[in-house]
Amino acid sequence: MFRIALQMLVGDRAKYLMLISGITFATFLMANSASLFCGLMSWTYATLRNVRAPIWVADSKVEQVGDTKPLRDTDTNRVRSVDGVAWAVPLFQGLTQARLLDGTFQLVTLIGLDPETLIGAPTQMVAGRLEDLRLPNTVVLDEFGVTRLSANAGRRIGVGDVFEMNDSEARIVGICKAYRSFTGGPYVYTTYDRAITDYTPLQRRLLSYVLAAPQPGTDPRALARRISGETGLRAYTESDFSWSTVWWYVANTGIPINIGLLVAIGFVVGTVISGQTFYSFVLENTRNLGALKAMGTGNVRMCLMLILQSLAVGFIGYGVGIGLVAAVGNLALHFGKVPFLMPWQVPVGVFCAVIFFCMIAAFIGIFRVSRVDPASVFR
Amino acid sequence: MRAPPPTSSPLPAGLALRVSGVRKQFGAGAGVTVALDGAAFEARLGEITMIVGPSGCGKTTLLSIIAGTLTADAGRIEVLGSLLNELPRGALTRFRAGHVGFIFQQFNLIPTISVAENVSIPLLIRGVPRRRAEAQAMAILGRVGMAARGRERPLSLSGGQQQRIAIARALIHSPALLICDEPTSALDRDTGHQVMEIIRDVARDPGRCVVVVTHDPRIYRYADRMAEMEDGKVLRVLESPAAIAAAHPPS
Repeated sequence: MFRIALQMLVGDRAKYLMLISGITFATFLMANSASLFCGLMSWTYATLRNVRAPIWVADSKVEQVGDTKPLRDTDTNRVRSVDGVAWAVPLFQGLTQARLLDGTFQLVTLIGLDPETLIGAPTQMVAGRLEDLRLPNTVVLDEFGVTRLSANAGRRIGVGDVFEMNDSEARIVGICKAYRSFTGGPYVYTTYDRAITDYTPLQRRLLSYVLAAPQPGTDPRALARRISGETGLRAYTESDFSWSTVWWYVANTGIPINIGLLVAIGFVVGTVISGQTFYSFVLENTRNLGALKAMGTGNVRMCLMLILQSLAVGFIGYGVGIGLVAAVGNLALHFGKVPFLMPWQVPVGVFCAVIFFCMIAAFIGIFRVSRVDPASVFR
Repeated sequence: MRAPPPTSSPLPAGLALRVSGVRKQFGAGAGVTVALDGAAFEARLGEITMIVGPSGCGKTTLLSIIAGTLTADAGRIEVLGSLLNELPRGALTRFRAGHVGFIFQQFNLIPTISVAENVSIPLLIRGVPRRRAEAQAMAILGRVGMAARGRERPLSLSGGQQQRIAIARALIHSPALLICDEPTSALDRDTGHQVMEIIRDVARDPGRCVVVVTHDPRIYRYADRMAEMEDGKVLRVLESPAAIAAAHPPS
């Protein structure tokens, strides 16, 4: 009987395709919006992904990684003096203008690394040598920066090319891979001293963060609490700082509301299309369903048949929809211009939503079928 | 504690069903319609019993109650040894699945599945595996002269062919009671007679009772017994083909 239920569903091509299309569209809208949201949120803490460190120490008022409030130079040593700290190094992070050879300017995120250890340096170089950062006037640029800085150069810039920041020469000695930032500027790595003296206008305080690591056997979160307690600064583990950054953007921007609306629209569209189409499918088949009931099909089996039909279109629509989202996402990542991140929670969550509204559709049908009088087939 | 009412009622030999004092009304208050008002009649195994009468006289309601698709408000409905008026809904559903075959006026074949799949439905409802059910369907389609059309869709067939398929579907699980609701009303004269010939052959089985509701006087000659209804009552039962022919001479 279940096979026949599926054949009844597939046999009505127009309704079947309508159901699949509706669920596909709803899946696409929900999963794509959620992935865009995750992608955007991942851009917000791109610095944390590009500069890996177990503990980040910032000013006590800092809530997100892009909001730097400069520390005193002595704060690095204060952090080092906390019990359980294996090492602590300074880090500069700031937005600055890069002046290109053609005279145009490009906003970049400048990262100044501890020159001795190069802690926080990019992990994947695609050209040049990271160690060359210790040479005078040198920088490492990310791949996106190459694209951006080459825009008006008439050719693709690379290792050996020169541009200016704060009227100081910056010679490219390496190209690296890096995650895109929320502000859209490429990442430029240099040493801490050079960042604060050559590439940034002079200010009283320029230390953005102190990066630290716990000694073996020390819990990073407990150490972060201890650093905060002893220095009056705010110490985060990398994970806590990522979440704090994400929540800051959620609470202080309209992004979640706008994208949440898209997800909600996807859910409503899916529910309405599948519910309405499924209901009209049941209505049009009332006579056949009544005949099945007259011939001895019980209500429970009828309900299971409808649930099976609903789940079948749900699975297919979801599969097509999530496949489309993955394809679009891959394209977006390939061209690198759209924020897109689909963690496993997105497909799982969307799957649950699809199954939920398919069940609503099934129960609308079940409600109708349960009211079909088997004697109605004689009228 | 009261004992549950008996749900079986052995009938005299040769009798397939007996209904008495059956009442059924629809609606309530001023809009109430009395469909059956103390209807009573019997049908025998190995015979075709026809229920005839003008529109709105309660034929279809009586047929639905005999088939177990509708419950009566009052009366005693004994069918194939079961007291239908005492059976709970689930048992009624099982009773229909096991003992009743249906031939509908509009055939009610599912258009999106094949002829053989349509015919196999009563077996599938009873849990017979699909392959076995379809093999039996092909065999019974041979009995109604439709074996070659088993893989086609119902809508590609004529009305008469569809009704033959409906007959095959009604018979595949060898029901003791065959319920036919206006089986020829959607068919032309010749096709109607062909269909009734098949139903008459089916009714010759001494273990089967066929009850036909019809408006169509052209098929009265196939009846072994006839219950004439009016205003929710069975006014007269004609007990033999001769009595039927006398009361309704063929035109």
